[in-house]
Amino acid sequence: MTPRISFEHQLEALNDNLVEMGQYVEKSIDQIFKALETMDIELAKEVMEGDDTVDDMEKGIEAQSLALITRQQPVARDLRMVSTALKVVTDMERIGDHAADIAEIIVRFEHADFYHLSKQVPKMIEATKKMVHDSLNAFIKRDVKAAGEIMKQDDIIDGLFDKIKTEIISLLQGGNQNADYCVDVLMIAKYLERIGDHAVNICEWTIFEEKGTIDNIRVL
Amino acid sequence: MEKISTINGKQKRISDRIWYVLIYASASVSIFLLVGIVGYVFYRGAGVINWNFLTTVPSTIKGNYGIAGNIVNTLYMIFLTLLIATPLGIGAAVYLNEYAKQGRIVRTIEATTEILAGLPSIIFGLFGMVFFGNTLKLGYSILTGALTLTLMVLPLITRNTQEALKTVPDTYRSGALGMGAPKWYMIRTILLPSAMPGIITGVILAIGRIVGESAALLFTAGSGFLLPKLGEYGNGLFQKIFQPGGTLTIELYLSMSKAKYQEAFGIAVVLLVIVFVINIITKYLTKRFDVSAK
Amino acid sequence: MSENKIITKDLNLYYGENHALKNINMEIKDKAITAFIGPSGCGKSTFLKTLNRMNDLIDNVRIEGTVLLDGENVYDEKVDTTLLRKKVGMVFQQPNPFPMSIYDNIAYGPRIHGVKSKEQLDEIVERSLKGAAIFDEVKDRLKKSALGLSGGQQQRLCIARALAVEPEVLLMDEPTSALDPISTLKIEDLMGELKEKYTVAVVTHNMQQAARISDYTAFFLVGEVIEYSETDVLFTRPKEKKTEDYITGRFG
Repeated sequence: MTPRISFEHQLEALNDNLVEMGQYVEKSIDQIFKALETMDIELAKEVMEGDDTVDDMEKGIEAQSLALITRQQPVARDLRMVSTALKVVTDMERIGDHAADIAEIIVRFEHADFYHLSKQVPKMIEATKKMVHDSLNAFIKRDVKAAGEIMKQDDIIDGLFDKIKTEIISLLQGGNQNADYCVDVLMIAKYLERIGDHAVNICEWTIFEEKGTIDNIRVL
Repeated sequence: MEKISTINGKQKRISDRIWYVLIYASASVSIFLLVGIVGYVFYRGAGVINWNFLTTVPSTIKGNYGIAGNIVNTLYMIFLTLLIATPLGIGAAVYLNEYAKQGRIVRTIEATTEILAGLPSIIFGLFGMVFFGNTLKLGYSILTGALTLTLMVLPLITRNTQEALKTVPDTYRSGALGMGAPKWYMIRTILLPSAMPGIITGVILAIGRIVGESAALLFTAGSGFLLPKLGEYGNGLFQKIFQPGGTLTIELYLSMSKAKYQEAFGIAVVLLVIVFVINIITKYLTKRFDVSAK
Repeated sequence: MSENKIITKDLNLYYGENHALKNINMEIKDKAITAFIGPSGCGKSTFLKTLNRMNDLIDNVRIEGTVLLDGENVYDEKVDTTLLRKKVGMVFQQPNPFPMSIYDNIAYGPRIHGVKSKEQLDEIVERSLKGAAIFDEVKDRLKKSALGLSGGQQQRLCIARALAVEPEVLLMDEPTSALDPISTLKIEDLMGELKEKYTVAVVTHNMQQAARISDYTAFFLVGEVIEYSETDVLFTRPKEKKTEDYITGRFG
């Protein structure tokens, strides 16, 4: 008889909820990129509404984690798991927020075409999508090695952001383009860059849960 | 205190040695005494013992001497005394320990019991003769002797049972009562079985006392030495308790007073064997009934 | 919210002159675990024992007020304590298997209540041992003395023994304080299973344990209930400062 059956069940339930939230966020990301490509306003609205669900999920997981801490006094890997859950939901929720932010821009500028202003934008979208997918996958599988590799993808995203920024500055200096439009694209790029950062964090939490370190510094 | 630089350097401590020798000397003396007495009794008495000695009764006509009647009387005395004393003693102990409100009355009864156990046995003999023999008109009989001995061994059984009951953990009591067991049910199923080794010890001590008693029996049970008659349907066996009967100890006493030392030592050997057997039975029964054994 | 199994109304208890329980008004929920916590001598154990009248066994105890079990007053003079204790079983701090075989320990209660048939007893013994999650460990030595079991096993045996009479309420008086941590956790798991079928009230001086296992928690202090609420609430936002001081270890 393995002791602490109900505690085990609660930890499993917590993990299930984290997986579910990760999948939901990933779906939002996929949808918002599709909306960008096709300028599908309905889809964008759907993502905006979905953000409430993400927020609820975040609160649910936080409550679950705090209840586990008060009632079960987790230690060792249980403690790392619960504290990771508390932290990683913030990053997931942020990714969801940024997806909603992008959706807002799409809805506001109904027929503008964001996708072809710069050739770098589709590349950046692709890179971000991959990174979010990979990092969530690594987290769900608790794949520390993959997490370490995936973090490096952020350099690509950061590089693309710099290129887009430079391009937009020169476009603005040329004065041929609508300034609002340019700024919106820059904003979207910035959101993508932030999403990348949160994906990095998810990778960091994956490593933390296993090793108790962040950036090789002992935290737990 | 000084700091110790090393723990090496074994020392010889003289006082330790002296105590060691003294303690061993004391132990040796007691063992030597026991072995010496037993050995001497056997040396003097073993020769007397033969089949005739053990299975016949004295007869002046045949010029025969035997102790069969006394052996049977002793068994009667043990059986009858225990039959009366054991239930009374256990009952008293259960009352004192489980029912009576702990306080002055219980303490008084306990103190009285102690004193009773310490009274010289001739006083019991005197009381038994006057009260059971004369007042109740039981005369010189095994019953009179057994009633007298009951008074003597009751404290032994009561005290031992009580001590045994006191060592039964309270958790057993609350456990059983907490399951809804009525009190007497709890006592019968948990307490008495747990106290059994102590009860047996009390009974065995009582047997020892019965077997060894002479002063209290001399004027109560008398000195009859005949075997009981079977009678119709074995009635004689029952009638026997109203007849006088001298136990082995009494017979030993009488032999000594007649300066028949040969016979006296023979009886002594039989008594020693009985005591020895009782001891073995005690050990066996205590182990057998020790419910706390795993 | 489940139904109330036990309700106490203005319950007062005196040991001689000592006012040990003061106006306890509490509702104990059916099919849930209610924990009583508090410092030593706060009355939590005494209160537990009022629920199946185990205090009756102590001299000089006076009890006022009512304890309603399914609406019936436990202290009514018509109450038969044997029946009451069949309905409200008890597990003690010190594992106290009787000095008899495992089988006879479990059969003890049913026999009190008149079960004699061998088949019926066999069935009860097996069911009770399974209910206390100890059957597999002892099934091959049912006829051996219960005293040969380890402390944790003995305590689960005692729980099985209590279950054998099919109680509705199980009172547990610091059931794990004499056990090692692993045995403790096994008992805690078992309690989690028991609450599916029984109403469980447990006294514990281990606050973490109360937090782990209970649905409701009452905090006792010098004979009074300072605070009684859902465990989640009591351990996260207690209303009373005394409760907060106690559960955060800033007491006294």
